Amino acid sequence: MPAPALALTDIKKQYFGNAVLKGVSLEVGVGEIHALVGENGAGKSTLMNILFGMPVIRETGGYEGTIRLGGDVIDPRTPSDAMARGVGMVHQEFMLLPGFSITENIKLNRERTRPNLISRGLRPLLRSRAASLESLDMATMRSDTRAALKQIGMSLDEMLPVAGLPVGHMQFIEIAREVDKENARLLVFDEPTAVLTETEADDLLRTMRMLAAQGIAILFITHRLDEVMTVADRITVLRDGEVVARVDRKDATVPRLAELMIGRALPEGERSRPKRTLSDEVILSVRGLEVEMPGEEVRGVDLEVRRGEILGLAGLAGQGKIGIANGLMGLYPARGQVTWKGEPFPLGHPREALRRGLAFVSEDRRQVGLLLDEAIERNIAASALEARGMFLRGPFARSNGALALYDQKAARLHAKAQIEALDIRCRGPQEAVRRLSGGNQQKVCLARALTLDPELLFVSEPTRGIDVGAKDRVLNLLIDANRNEGKTIVLTSSELLELRRVCDRIAVIDAGRVAGVLPPDAPDVEFGLLFAGERV
Amino acid sequence: MSALRDLAVKVGWTRLVLIGFLALLWLGAATSTELDLTVLFTDCLTRAAMNGVLVLALVPAVRAGVGLNFGLPLGIVCGLLGSVILMDAGLRGPACFWASIAFGGALGAIAGFFYARLLERVKGDEMMVGIYVGFSAVAGASILWLLLPTHNPEPIWPLGGKGLRNTLVLDGYFKHVLDGFAAVPFGRGTIPTGLLLFWGLLCWVLAVFLRTRLGLGLSAAGANPRFAESSGIDVRRMRTVGVVLSTTLAAVGIVVFSQSYGFVQLYKAPLLMAFPTVAALLIGGASVRVATIQHVVVGTLLFQSVLTTSLPLVNELVVKGEQSSELSNIPEIARLIISNGIILYALTRKEQA
Repeated sequence: MPAPALALTDIKKQYFGNAVLKGVSLEVGVGEIHALVGENGAGKSTLMNILFGMPVIRETGGYEGTIRLGGDVIDPRTPSDAMARGVGMVHQEFMLLPGFSITENIKLNRERTRPNLISRGLRPLLRSRAASLESLDMATMRSDTRAALKQIGMSLDEMLPVAGLPVGHMQFIEIAREVDKENARLLVFDEPTAVLTETEADDLLRTMRMLAAQGIAILFITHRLDEVMTVADRITVLRDGEVVARVDRKDATVPRLAELMIGRALPEGERSRPKRTLSDEVILSVRGLEVEMPGEEVRGVDLEVRRGEILGLAGLAGQGKIGIANGLMGLYPARGQVTWKGEPFPLGHPREALRRGLAFVSEDRRQVGLLLDEAIERNIAASALEARGMFLRGPFARSNGALALYDQKAARLHAKAQIEALDIRCRGPQEAVRRLSGGNQQKVCLARALTLDPELLFVSEPTRGIDVGAKDRVLNLLIDANRNEGKTIVLTSSELLELRRVCDRIAVIDAGRVAGVLPPDAPDVEFGLLFAGERV
Repeated sequence: MSALRDLAVKVGWTRLVLIGFLALLWLGAATSTELDLTVLFTDCLTRAAMNGVLVLALVPAVRAGVGLNFGLPLGIVCGLLGSVILMDAGLRGPACFWASIAFGGALGAIAGFFYARLLERVKGDEMMVGIYVGFSAVAGASILWLLLPTHNPEPIWPLGGKGLRNTLVLDGYFKHVLDGFAAVPFGRGTIPTGLLLFWGLLCWVLAVFLRTRLGLGLSAAGANPRFAESSGIDVRRMRTVGVVLSTTLAAVGIVVFSQSYGFVQLYKAPLLMAFPTVAALLIGGASVRVATIQHVVVGTLLFQSVLTTSLPLVNELVVKGEQSSELSNIPEIARLIISNGIILYALTRKEQA
């Protein structure tokens, strides 16, 4: 039996004591399309970073395990090292120079050249460096490019500039560049269909099969299970840094893969949380919401939030779940029909949103959520001061005038109460927020939102980047605010488990729309299918 | 050693080194027989206070997130225009001074509004664009100085009789209106009480403003525009307020500067005024994103003191006893080297906030 094109054995990696890969083994045969599926954070990217010798791996202490490429053990130290050994990458975002022609893009830094008078003359002086002065052999480069394009079934004028080409074509040029490398043995496709239309995606899958037939091994990273079922020969499912299943396509079904991808036992007792009867009153109704948030576009969300519930918004990264709250709060351009407590609600006015009783804890704690160099008290007071005219004194305070003075005493008093209530670990209300740990910063964000005394609270990714203990405390604070103070909460999170713990209903967002709304105790399969772009 | 390090962290190495240099200068001055320490001391105070309002003018722009307002000459030109028009109208004494401040300030506010609109279009490059706005304002004003239909014969070029002079003498107009107010003799020098009071007053007013809802909004918009937006603050409006305030204060600042200096300097004089002003603020410990009143006071005092003290001292050390006229340039050269050195240092330095 010939050596597999790629064999990863027992790859382990930890970031700052946090194990993200716990012994992953993987084999891709020659001419095989091998799909690697998993949720965000399952370890797919880390695995690819190791394979490509990305500097971040070495900077954080390297990895354990061995990588074999066609039987030879390799230890790629830089991306160019990996490339030289025949590992090609088709990027999710295109790495192309728009002003350059297709040929120039494909041949960049691998140009075919001919010696000329100058390079010959300077050869004794510059030796091998004189090669950089040789003339471009445009004819050969063009015929190479034509061959590479033909190999992936494209017929394009190889001298067209890349700028202005349809997105789908750019993807193919990336592939052609990898194919054109003489020693291309393994191609990695990282979520290649994310930005493509359906027909473009179909073309891409066909091309992948074509390449595989020519003996190139393909590692296909995706979360689109229907695509997996179309092209993959074998499938590896990664979850929490471990391989949970390795199956042949003929043994796999979409529901089974979905379950494997998501499936995670809920802790004892969590499932038995008594079901609550929810109010029928719709406090916020959203029709056809579109939000232009780069990377998290919302393309027509219909959603109803009931008074007193905790509604979860789940979904994979980039599918638009993050965009919903940002759009409703007016932080990104949004369109759509929104009704708040029976009245039309204006989009695009953050101040108006705050005044009408909405509040938002941003997913981007450090960039949006906090004034890092300001004191805790100032952070907590900031929004209420601006939108509600709280913490003001002096002759203009009544009218909430621009020249009303900041009432630091009142803000401090309030901050002290919040520090107590939310158990914010700090040296006092005057400490700069930058010095706090992630979990405590998150509590400051939460305190700022709660200070507005909102009727509806949007909370996005509240547990991102904070340690396990703090996660529980933050989630319990949300439950408290909901149960004791009657706040309606819309919780957006990438962690399904946490949504299933605290939410009354969970809406799964896929491709900018609501794929479905499930109760938190719905079976894993149903969640998995919605996540994978299937409709239940 | 560790005590020194603690001090350095608290005060900042920049200021520590400058204070050391200043101490050295003073030591040199003390050993000299020609120089009078009391005169030097009051000169330092005067120089600092007369520049102080201009330095203060930078603060609102930094707070609003526009960065260091290198477009200061725009406001300066407005202040000069105010003075010139009111002098031409025949106003004299304190009335002329206060009217110049009010009128120049108003012109500055209007110019600042349009300047803010321009900066809104070049977000991210405010400082570079500001430099050119300043240069353009000075060039535009130069044409104005030539063409202004003035009636008062005093400020006109003595020969030719067209256009304003380079330097208008303020004797009889508003020279030392502030400096002279309740001035206290100190040795052979004079402490300019009124000037110091006025600078202090403006510092205080700005400090209070920064603690109003508008001021807090301004600072929030500068510190983190996305945070500000999510708190319902109109970031664009805050940036406009910051730039308008900055330009207005620059107009006021130049009137204060002129009354202390005794001359109104037109044409190319305002061209490079932004640089020593910015340097003073940075020396005080401010950065492109953070500036407080304390930075203004400390920075201006240090920067101007070093300049004020070094010139006569170099004069004393190098030129004394020499008859050669070439050497008489040396103090001026030394002053330029020192001031530009400090400016270069301040602009290239990256201090931890």
